[in-house]
Amino acid sequence: MTRFAIFRWGIVAAALVPAAALVYWTLTGDLSANPIDFITDTTGTTALTLLVCTLTVTPLRRVTARNELIRLRRTLGLLAFFYACLHMLTWVVLDWFFDVDSMVADVMKRPFITMGMTTFLLLVPLAATSTAGMIRRLGRRWQQLHRLVYVAAVTAVIHFWWVVKADFRQPRLWALALCVLFGFRAWWSVQNRALAARRLTS
Amino acid sequence: MQTETGSLYNWAMLIRKAPEFRYSEVTPKALYVRRREFIQAAAAATVGAGAALLSGETARARAQGARAKLPNVRKSKFSTTDEKLNSFEDITSYNNYYEFGTDKDDPARNAHRLVTRPWTIRVEGLVKTPATFDIDSFIKPHPLEERIYRLRCVESWSMVIPWIGFPLADVIKRLEPLPSAKFIEFTTLNDAKQMPGLRVPVLDWPYVEGLRMDEAMHPLTILSVGLYGEVLPNQNGAPIRLVVPWKYGFKSIKSIVRIRFTDQQPRTSWNVANPREYGFYSNVNPTVDHPRWSQASERRLGEFFRRKTLMFNGYGDQVAQLYSGMDLRKFY
Repeated sequence: MTRFAIFRWGIVAAALVPAAALVYWTLTGDLSANPIDFITDTTGTTALTLLVCTLTVTPLRRVTARNELIRLRRTLGLLAFFYACLHMLTWVVLDWFFDVDSMVADVMKRPFITMGMTTFLLLVPLAATSTAGMIRRLGRRWQQLHRLVYVAAVTAVIHFWWVVKADFRQPRLWALALCVLFGFRAWWSVQNRALAARRLTS
Repeated sequence: MQTETGSLYNWAMLIRKAPEFRYSEVTPKALYVRRREFIQAAAAATVGAGAALLSGETARARAQGARAKLPNVRKSKFSTTDEKLNSFEDITSYNNYYEFGTDKDDPARNAHRLVTRPWTIRVEGLVKTPATFDIDSFIKPHPLEERIYRLRCVESWSMVIPWIGFPLADVIKRLEPLPSAKFIEFTTLNDAKQMPGLRVPVLDWPYVEGLRMDEAMHPLTILSVGLYGEVLPNQNGAPIRLVVPWKYGFKSIKSIVRIRFTDQQPRTSWNVANPREYGFYSNVNPTVDHPRWSQASERRLGEFFRRKTLMFNGYGDQVAQLYSGMDLRKFY
């Protein structure tokens, strides 16, 4: 195994720690007095963390000039999707136990649920088209499609923001993280355009 | 010796899981004796005390040293009798008490910093004699009762809790408010040295709650000083807290230092923070949703399926007349 492969597997292992902890705490009965809420919080927070990590790959790659980092993007993205699925399943199975009417009502009437569902639905096509075959088949359109991840990150933070009662420190931090990450991209895109313009005029 | 075994016992209780006795099944006398468990716990303590010292749990253990039994507690006809109680562990480890942090386990972790003796309660406003009471002399005139109540949190979970306390009405009669007093306002301690959560401006501190005078005089409304037959744990609002079982939990203010009688509706903390989401009344009402989530159902902690939320948290027969003629959609 190359050093990078070890590094990547290390990241996968670290990202699976919250899921393993949930399994362990289920067995030891340490999921707090409200296990369903606890599982919902843990899976949701981890999904958001990994989603934001996915968005840090490209800036990190530019700053460090280490191109192999790009291979972490899909890994992190799929891990984020894995937790988003767990988060969603918690809601469907543990919270509502397949009570479809109540879930539909929730999605329609509760803006934070609407945002959560939107985020999940945005992530589905991204996960589905994450294979090498799909990347090849979609060509240029793959890039365009996968820009949806920016929308998903924003809706995820809004989802978090709207579920909080009063202590907005965490969602605020995530919003700030997104601003920084988007800021990088905006700055580079402006620079690139300026560079291209200069080339054209010279 | 007595105290030593007592504190060992307390350490042991911390280290071991929640005691597995079924409170609803033991006779009241057995509750205060619990000798066998005491002996078992003392045995476990010899091992446990060492572990506690090593794990740095001693401060918490010392804070919980106040886990003393409350003597002469009467049963009450206002208790619900047909529901399973939540465990002591549930009730004392899953708390909304933002003065100690906003996570559910923060209060249990941080509330050992709260010093509940000496403690004074300032009574002021529209009252015959404004005065400052020492907590023990404030409680002393009132015989203690056990009130087993449902508690419904605005976040749509609920518990069943065996509070120990006395009717607020008895306190009010003793304090003699003026006829012009229409509301009663309570204030929580505001000391960042003891309450680390106060350093974060989550709410406009200190925490303030209030009731209309007829709500305060209602026989279901109590001031609580204990639960499960013992002195109230800090994270549950020691040394004295309000319990209003037909309202969302946040109305039941904790660690009270001030009682004020007034002719104005008090500016209550959650109402000030977000008037659209938290009304002054905040009666449990399955037909009026929180703007962001439904209040139609709740999860009783310890149960898997949600259950339907009951109007006035199931206390409608007793309290509905307080609100007759009021539009509860408007006065949520």
